[in-house]
Amino acid sequence: MFILGPIGFATPALLLGLIALPVLWLLLRAVPPAPIRRRFPGVALMLGLQDDEAETDKTPWWLLLLRMAAIAAAIVAFAGPVLNPQERQPGTGPLLIALDATWADARDWPRRIDRAAALVEEAGREGRPVAVVRLTDAPSEVAFQAADAVAGRLAALAPQAWSPGDLLAWAAVLPADAFDTFWLSDGLAHPGREALMAALSAKGDVTVFESPRPVFALHPPTFADGAVQVKVSRLPAADPVSVEVSARGPDPAGIERELARVPVEFGLGAAQGNATLELPPELRNRITRFEIAGLRSAGAVSLTDDSLKRRKVALIGGQADREGLQLLSPTHYLRQALEPVADLMEGSLTDLLLASPDVVILADVARLSQTDTDAMLDWLDGGGLLLRFAGPTLAASDVSRIDEDPLMPVRLREGGRTVGGAMSWGEPKALAPFPEGSPFHGLPLPEEVTVTAQVLAQPDPDLATRTIAALADGTPLVTRKAVGQGQVVLVHVTANAEWSNLPLSVLFVQMLERLAISTRPAAPEAGDLAGQTWVAQTLLDAYGQPQDAGEMSGVPGESLATAMTSGPGPDLPPGLYAGADRRVALNVVGADTVLAPAVWPQGTLIEGLEAPPEQALKGAFLTGGLILLMLDILAALWVSGRLAGLARGAAVVAALALIAPDAQAQEGDDFALQATTGLVLAHVLTGNAQVDDVAQRGLTGLGDVLWARTSVEPAAPIGVDIERDALVFFPFLYWPVTESQPLPSAAAYAKLNDYLRTGGMILFDTRDGDMAAMGATPEGRHLQRLAAGLNIPPLEPIPQDHVLTRTFYLLQEFPGRHGRGSLWVEAAPPDAEQVEGMPFRNLNDGVTPVVIGGNDWASAWAVNDSGAPLLPVGRGFAGERQREMAYRFGVNIIMHVLTGNYKSDQVHVPALLERLGQ
Amino acid sequence: MSLSLQSRAEALGQSLPPLMAEAELLAANVMLGEHGRRRAGQGDEFWQYRPAHAGDSARMIDWRRSARSDTHFVREREWQAAQSVTLWVDPAKSMTFSGDKSRPAKADRARLLALALAVLLLRAGERVGLAGDAAPPRPGRAQIMKLAALLSGAEDAQEYGVPTASGMVSHGRAVFLSDFLGDIAGVEATLTAAADRGVRGALIQVLDPAEEDFPFAGRTIFESMGGGMRHETQQAGDLRDRYLARLAERKDRLVQLGRAVGWHVSTHHTGQPAQSALLWAYRALQGGR
Repeated sequence: MFILGPIGFATPALLLGLIALPVLWLLLRAVPPAPIRRRFPGVALMLGLQDDEAETDKTPWWLLLLRMAAIAAAIVAFAGPVLNPQERQPGTGPLLIALDATWADARDWPRRIDRAAALVEEAGREGRPVAVVRLTDAPSEVAFQAADAVAGRLAALAPQAWSPGDLLAWAAVLPADAFDTFWLSDGLAHPGREALMAALSAKGDVTVFESPRPVFALHPPTFADGAVQVKVSRLPAADPVSVEVSARGPDPAGIERELARVPVEFGLGAAQGNATLELPPELRNRITRFEIAGLRSAGAVSLTDDSLKRRKVALIGGQADREGLQLLSPTHYLRQALEPVADLMEGSLTDLLLASPDVVILADVARLSQTDTDAMLDWLDGGGLLLRFAGPTLAASDVSRIDEDPLMPVRLREGGRTVGGAMSWGEPKALAPFPEGSPFHGLPLPEEVTVTAQVLAQPDPDLATRTIAALADGTPLVTRKAVGQGQVVLVHVTANAEWSNLPLSVLFVQMLERLAISTRPAAPEAGDLAGQTWVAQTLLDAYGQPQDAGEMSGVPGESLATAMTSGPGPDLPPGLYAGADRRVALNVVGADTVLAPAVWPQGTLIEGLEAPPEQALKGAFLTGGLILLMLDILAALWVSGRLAGLARGAAVVAALALIAPDAQAQEGDDFALQATTGLVLAHVLTGNAQVDDVAQRGLTGLGDVLWARTSVEPAAPIGVDIERDALVFFPFLYWPVTESQPLPSAAAYAKLNDYLRTGGMILFDTRDGDMAAMGATPEGRHLQRLAAGLNIPPLEPIPQDHVLTRTFYLLQEFPGRHGRGSLWVEAAPPDAEQVEGMPFRNLNDGVTPVVIGGNDWASAWAVNDSGAPLLPVGRGFAGERQREMAYRFGVNIIMHVLTGNYKSDQVHVPALLERLGQ
Repeated sequence: MSLSLQSRAEALGQSLPPLMAEAELLAANVMLGEHGRRRAGQGDEFWQYRPAHAGDSARMIDWRRSARSDTHFVREREWQAAQSVTLWVDPAKSMTFSGDKSRPAKADRARLLALALAVLLLRAGERVGLAGDAAPPRPGRAQIMKLAALLSGAEDAQEYGVPTASGMVSHGRAVFLSDFLGDIAGVEATLTAAADRGVRGALIQVLDPAEEDFPFAGRTIFESMGGGMRHETQQAGDLRDRYLARLAERKDRLVQLGRAVGWHVSTHHTGQPAQSALLWAYRALQGGR
């Protein structure tokens, strides 16, 4: 094959024909275009007129060029041009296919697998043994097998949510014999990559594949300056691009949805993009994860732990009249300590309790009004934390003297005590080490912290259990008691430096932290994690999807601390780990993770992920030549002045084309008329012609059955474009999910949510037979993405007593073309109970807004033009039975849609009749 | 054909008031018509009484008027005269041209105009005839039929027509309808001869819009309608300006000729309605300017 640039020629000899072109030029040039004869009386006036240019006698040069180009195109076409000719030398010996299989691969994993499958197939044709390894796995012996044995396993390979450990470990387990390697890389630098590359090169040829698609990594968002700071890195840093980071978390109803969204801009060549997200605390505290919208990779997801949460603290100090003395203010140090880590609220207690704070701090406030006390007790019962500080006012009052005040953990002795002052004996008291079981246990005691005055607790039987911090002489310093689900904590010194220098020390801040009043401002230190066992609550897979942690055993804090710095690994997958009093998110991308491009040795053959396929250009060239010849016809007509008639024809065509849009504009009304002439079943147009056709025919078939068997007499079904068409006309939408369907726009989502809220029903059909639970197939995953924007209530597999099982036929299975995939409907309310004597529970009063399954019902319902079934279902009689059941399911679901709760109310009929009889 | 031409012409002529051709010359044209001349002369209508003077025969005295006074009066009648109008429609082949299927041939339009004019004139009592000897000017509706038959059958083998002065009544009127694309010398000679006989009238040049626009391009061989003349060009589009210049020159020449002999000249396009041309001809014959 003769190769010229990216184009090769199958029969290059024919290209010699191009030499003949100049001859052709001369020939063509000599023949002028034929004249046109016209009868024209005005010729008498023209006699004697001379042409300006004698040269027009010959063909114009551009027309010649056109004809030459047409002929040249034909010559080139027959020479058999091929774009991207592939002339790979067939390799010999074993072939190792190495996949990085990291989180960065997840973005285009199917294409990587396709590429690997192509390689395996090719190796199979050449009889080479193949091995496929994921470099994120623990290194193990590389065993070469027959290609067909490997091919079956390829589809089951999935990327891992972490980066490989030291790749050099793989070098040790490589087979001794020579082999070639294809390395599908994720494009990121990993430790030991060069060393492994060297080891592989020593065994044979290494070809590297890299995807040109950029890698995006979302760093854990932090909280600073009153807003959430979002940082996104990318590789390679090239053109300006904008990604959107969405914050997700449960809404008040507990359903996870998007809470906020912020665009992150990358400038030209910028490797990092930053954005700030200002959110009200209520919303911010609910965020469970950030993700880059539209990217399916663990690197694009960042789980949030407690570090982003901020508590609402109501701060109430006594003696508000001395505003000039800042440093003496009872709340000054509290404010200083809490401001960076909590949302402070100040005001009157009545107002503050309405804002449902997490913590209320009373600094030297002795007595509350009865109303406030009642409100406070209610709030404490609900789980509030009341923190009180002592002070002169409290010491002087008679609160909790004789009887224990409900808002005080202990009874107090009158007057308190002063130690180490100018007028007293003794030294200022230091703190005793915190006892085990105290929330402060383990905090280091600074030596300089002393107490000079305090209020004293009356000795009571349970004083010891309520004491969580004491002075060196054993007098309680901090006491606590539980009230309802909440607790009351009393610090026996003032919140300012009057009685003690405790508020000046770092211990004060740590104690507030331990009391869960403030939260940690930043990532946990290794020391915080050590010593505890952390249990995974949620894990992330490589696609960034949350997985149930299942039976995973707890991990020691030390290894978690290591993972926090070095990134997750096989033993510690990314996810949310819970310790004793806090949760820690281990994300794929840490705060300081830097995306570095993989460096390959000089001379490495690097291919894009998709090798450009061979493309025969013969047809294209012939078509081009033909088009040129057509142009030549037009040009020749124009040169000889005969184009006028044609131009008129073209004008007619153009006018017709202009009329056409009007016809479409009227379609809106036609659509509404068509949709309301009768009961119209509708299906969502997916853009896949075949799927749409089957859906159309399916609903036609279902309509026929409804017409024949029930009083429902639907009109011809309609395909609905959810972006364009109004949905209000349809009680029922059948939505076959295809992977290729684009996500609806925001407007379309609003329309769909309106539709669901106002009583519409959507039957989602993934058509995959529910092969491996929801979300395992591409359709299932696409359904998850589709449904993310929809206002869908919690779902459950259809219970045996759901009304859908008996709206017309008694059904227990809902087969379509596939047999027995599960069907999901709106979950029953938790308090639904089966009443004595009733066949089923009184479930949701309305109609389930969505039904989700994968049984490909439309295919089972579909009929051809003559009304016979379009597609086979099952085998023989059993198959026909299955089709019948599919129809019955269709009848039931339409009945369910049309009758609403009427059918479920029918169960009361016997009881009502009985009552009437009495 | 002749019937449809006649009916179309009548329909066109109906919408105009009767055309009263104003005779300008009194002298030799003595035939009486129904047409008052605002002066004493032969006719049926009373004009005035005048005292009888010597030479008046006794038969001419109006005795009834004379009896009421001492002198004798003679009763004078208004002089009434009919105009003779001669029409010439170019029968040559060049008139069969039509630039577009939607437009009539120039000859059709010219005949229609001529016959409509004849209908109007005859209705007004004028005498209308065709140039040549076939149909001398005569009054009456019967003349319409004759004119229609003659006009419909008029075909000539000539490429371009030359008007003839024969058959014209001295001091009458004449209307020539042609495209005047042929040799202008023949027209000039005829006009001179007509002017010598005191004939005045109008030249109506009937042209197809294609002849005004020259919408041609490319390599073309132009042929006259009979094929007798041809002109080949490589770039018809380039000829346009020069052709139009020549056409304008021809029109200008016609206007000059008309001015010299006191004729009206107008150009009519077959793309326009015939009404306007008829109106123009009506005014030209009426005004006599």
